[in-house]
Amino acid sequence: MASTRCAACKYLRRRCPSDCIFSLYFPSNNPQRFAHVHKIFGASNIGKMLQDLPVHRRADAADSLYYEAHCRIKDPVYGCVGIINILLQEIYNVQCQIAKIQAEIAFLGTHAQSDQTQYQQLQIAPNLDPNFLSEQKGLSNSFDDSSTWFF
Amino acid sequence: MGGGSSPCASCKLLRRRCTKDCVFAPYFPPDDPHKFAIVHKVFGASNISKMLQELPVHKRTDAVSSLVYEANSRMRDPVYGCVGAISYLQNQVAQLQMQLAVAQAEILCIQMQQEPPNLQPQLVEPTDENCLLFASNDLDYNLQQYLSFASSSSSSSVMQDSVKRESLCTVDPSGDQFVPKRSTTYMFGM
Repeated sequence: MASTRCAACKYLRRRCPSDCIFSLYFPSNNPQRFAHVHKIFGASNIGKMLQDLPVHRRADAADSLYYEAHCRIKDPVYGCVGIINILLQEIYNVQCQIAKIQAEIAFLGTHAQSDQTQYQQLQIAPNLDPNFLSEQKGLSNSFDDSSTWFF
Repeated sequence: MGGGSSPCASCKLLRRRCTKDCVFAPYFPPDDPHKFAIVHKVFGASNISKMLQELPVHKRTDAVSSLVYEANSRMRDPVYGCVGAISYLQNQVAQLQMQLAVAQAEILCIQMQQEPPNLQPQLVEPTDENCLLFASNDLDYNLQQYLSFASSSSSSSVMQDSVKRESLCTVDPSGDQFVPKRSTTYMFGM
C-alpha cells in the first residue's frame, strides 16, 4: 500500500501520520505552498496556529498564511503591509477624484441656475432687447426726443 | 551589549547573552518586550533573524515595523491576519470606484444638458474625466503586477476576483475585526 505523504511531511522528511494536521491544507501536489509558509513562519508555528483554531476555520487560516508568506517572500521588507499601503493610497486618490467631480457638479448646478435666472429676467423686460433699443434710437432720431431712450 | 548596558528584548526573552553585534538589538529595545514577544510568537526568533540578515541594514527598520504589524494583526485575527484588512480595503476601493463612475456619469449628463440646443448631437469625445473610468482599472493592473502568483497556481486570481466580487467582508459586531465572508468561490480560489 503506497501512502502519500503531505507536502509538509515530505519537506520535513518524516512519516506522515494519519492525523497529520498539515495534510488537509498542504497537499503533496503543491510543495511550494508549504515551502513558503515554512520559510516565513516555521512548521512548528504553523502547527500551533492551526491547532489553536476550530477545524472549520483552519482552511481559511492556511490560505491566509500562505498568502502572507508569499507576499513576504515577494517583498521581504514590507510584505502584506506594502499592499495595504497601495490600497490606502488608492482609496485616497479615488476619494479626491470624487470630491473634485462633486465640486464640479455643484458649480455647474449653480451656474445653470444663474443662467436660468437671467433668462427669466430677459423674458420679463423685453425693452432691454438691443435690437429693440436700436429701433427706438432710429425713431428717436427722427423725433429728437430723449425720453424715448431706454437704459 | 558591553559596558553593563541591558540586553535587548529578544535576548532577555530568549535568555541568552546579548552580544554587541546582536541582530535584534537595534530594533527590539529592552523597554518594549511586548514587541519582540509578539513577532517571536508568530514568526519565531530564528526566522526573524534570517529575514533581517538577508536585508540591507537600512531596510531592516521598515521590515521590523511591518513584521510587528503583521504579527499584531495575526494575534487579533488568528484566521485571516492582515489579509482580512486587505480584503476590507479592496471592498472599499470597489465601492468608491462605483461612486466615482456614478459621479462621472452625472457630470456628463449635466454637461450634455447644458449644450446649446441648436448644436448637432455629438458623440462624447474621450476626455480626462471619461478616461478616469478606465484609469480606475489601473489598480487591478498594479495589484496584478505586485501579486503575480505562479502561473500554474489558481490563486493568481485572488486579488482580481476579490476586487470584482460584491461585498467581501463584514465588520465583526465588536467593531475590531474585518471578517471576510465565505463564499463558494473562496477568495483565494483554492
